[in-house]
Amino acid sequence: MNRIIKFIVLDILKNKIVLVYTLILAILSWSVFSLEDNSTKGLLTLLNVILLIVPLVSVVFSAIYIYNSSEFIELLLSQPIKRAKIWRSLFLGLSLSLLLSFFIGCGIPILFYAPINVGIMMLMVGLFTTLVFVSIAFFSSIMTRDKAKGIGIAIMLWLFFGLLFDGLVLFLLFQLSDYPIEKMMVAITAFNPIDLARILILLHLDVSAMMGYTGAIFKDFFGTTLGISVAFFILFLWVLIPFWISLIKFKKKDL
Amino acid sequence: MKAVLLIALFCFCSHLVPGRTIEVGATKSVKLIKAALSQSANGDTIVVFEGIYKEGNIIIDKEITLLGVNFPVLDGQKKFEILSIKASYVTVSGFKVQRSGFATLEDPGGIKVFNSRNVTIANNILDDNFFAIYLQHCSNCIIKNNRITAYGVEEQQIGNGIHCWKNDSLQITGNTITGHRDGIYFEFVTNSIIWRNISKGNIRYGLHFMFSNNDAYISNVFKNNGAGVAVMFTQKVKMYNNSFTENWGDAAYGLFLKEISDSYIYGNKFTKNTEGIHMEGTSRIKVERNIFSANGWGMKIQASCMENEVVSNNFIGNTFDISTNGSLVLNTFNKNYWDKYEGYDLNRDKIGDVPYHPLSLFSVIVENNPPAMLLFRSFMVTLLDKSEKIIPSLTPDNFVDNTPLMHSLKL
Repeated sequence: MNRIIKFIVLDILKNKIVLVYTLILAILSWSVFSLEDNSTKGLLTLLNVILLIVPLVSVVFSAIYIYNSSEFIELLLSQPIKRAKIWRSLFLGLSLSLLLSFFIGCGIPILFYAPINVGIMMLMVGLFTTLVFVSIAFFSSIMTRDKAKGIGIAIMLWLFFGLLFDGLVLFLLFQLSDYPIEKMMVAITAFNPIDLARILILLHLDVSAMMGYTGAIFKDFFGTTLGISVAFFILFLWVLIPFWISLIKFKKKDL
Repeated sequence: MKAVLLIALFCFCSHLVPGRTIEVGATKSVKLIKAALSQSANGDTIVVFEGIYKEGNIIIDKEITLLGVNFPVLDGQKKFEILSIKASYVTVSGFKVQRSGFATLEDPGGIKVFNSRNVTIANNILDDNFFAIYLQHCSNCIIKNNRITAYGVEEQQIGNGIHCWKNDSLQITGNTITGHRDGIYFEFVTNSIIWRNISKGNIRYGLHFMFSNNDAYISNVFKNNGAGVAVMFTQKVKMYNNSFTENWGDAAYGLFLKEISDSYIYGNKFTKNTEGIHMEGTSRIKVERNIFSANGWGMKIQASCMENEVVSNNFIGNTFDISTNGSLVLNTFNKNYWDKYEGYDLNRDKIGDVPYHPLSLFSVIVENNPPAMLLFRSFMVTLLDKSEKIIPSLTPDNFVDNTPLMHSLKL
């Protein structure tokens, strides 16, 4: 398994796209922090990077990579290796290289410039969103053999979680504004990893506003150690479940 | 002629002759403060040496000076009002006044002053009292450099730090107040000044102002109080150089203004409050050269406010700069620095060429539909906000700063 992971990581590094991704993240983060005189504004820009660009790159790159390595997978399958092992190695190899590039590109400037509690939270959340969207890429690419369709599904899922979901929630909020829906809203965020990531960071960035009446409800949940643990556990489930589904399908798939 | 002058001089000097000094202490001839008081006459000085004095309620009804050496302790044993001052020209200085009684009808205080003039209460330590210092119907009094501490948990169980009711011309300077219901409480107090006090960690308000006209509070620190500072039903108040910090919670404000008019708010710092200033029914107030930073809401100006001017302030790093609850805008904004401003300055006069709309769409949405806070900083919401900034349709379009500054003011 280790040898396969090593091979995949090296292959991805040779590919150079990930290197460019790292470079872009690094340039973005360093410039954002050094251009703005207060680090909060820099953090806000980075927040958008973490919530939009990181998931997009993770999901699209992973999906394309999986499709492109179909021949490699077939080759491996002809060897006496278990299917689950191959699929897991592929996942680990991909996520490892993307995590690494996120850490080098964004993580180091964040730790360098941001206040320590916000910085660590952003880093953790960024790493988790990377993992979640790699996992979603695995899910979407196992759904169909057609490369265009698979990548399309991946992008649609990204669009859904990044944009449409919030629109729907806003719509729901207005429709149900006569009811006490605050607690329900907390539950609904569990269905969107990007929302979950955003709120975790928000509680550190906009702490004053979050102390008000409505914020307090979220703060009471997400601000406690238990809440943070639960949120990260749900994010972990978001990594696990799509990948797990894809694993089951991959095991049974007729290649 | 000489004789007349001499007599006149003699009369003048005799007035200046200081009274006697009576010493009270365990090793002195007078052991009790009450005994010393009964021996004394107007103008005398009573010096109290170190020790614990449990004498119940001590009533001062002569014009005397009461001085403590090394903070003698006056203990109310949780039963009595400790010092009751019922004469003018009294000075109380250098005591540790502790554990006054608790009664909601009589409101016993550590030091309570009734119907007097020119009373000075300075350099005392007040610890664990119901009301610490209480003034009623007084004028020209000085309350200076006292350290006031209490350990209140519930609003109903504890009194105010410095409680002033129906007074005139007070000076309240350099006190530190912690753990009371309201740090400083003003009701029907006029022509007074509150200067350089620190009021922090009180259960309700750091400073509570009601029906108190023509007062000023300057260079005070209000930190981490249950609900910040409230100024209500008042006119002609001046608020300069105060710092309002970390007043956090639902209905917690840096500064809460209700039904006040003709006042001036200058050079204050509002940092890390849930709401920096909350205005309700206020009119003709000028808010000038203040710093609003890292607040949830910099200012909330309800639609019931009119003719207020917000001029030359810095708004930096607030979640929302301004919010309101209606569409009626009768207030003006000019020459403020908004860190969220994204306009340009072609003629280099340091004033942005594009007007700035400080009211974001999302702050209006949150005002009407609080749970929407959950979506804050979501890409969807940012998109909505941006489009609203360019073409205001839901937010009142006269809510605008026509001369936003390009750079922050040096305050």
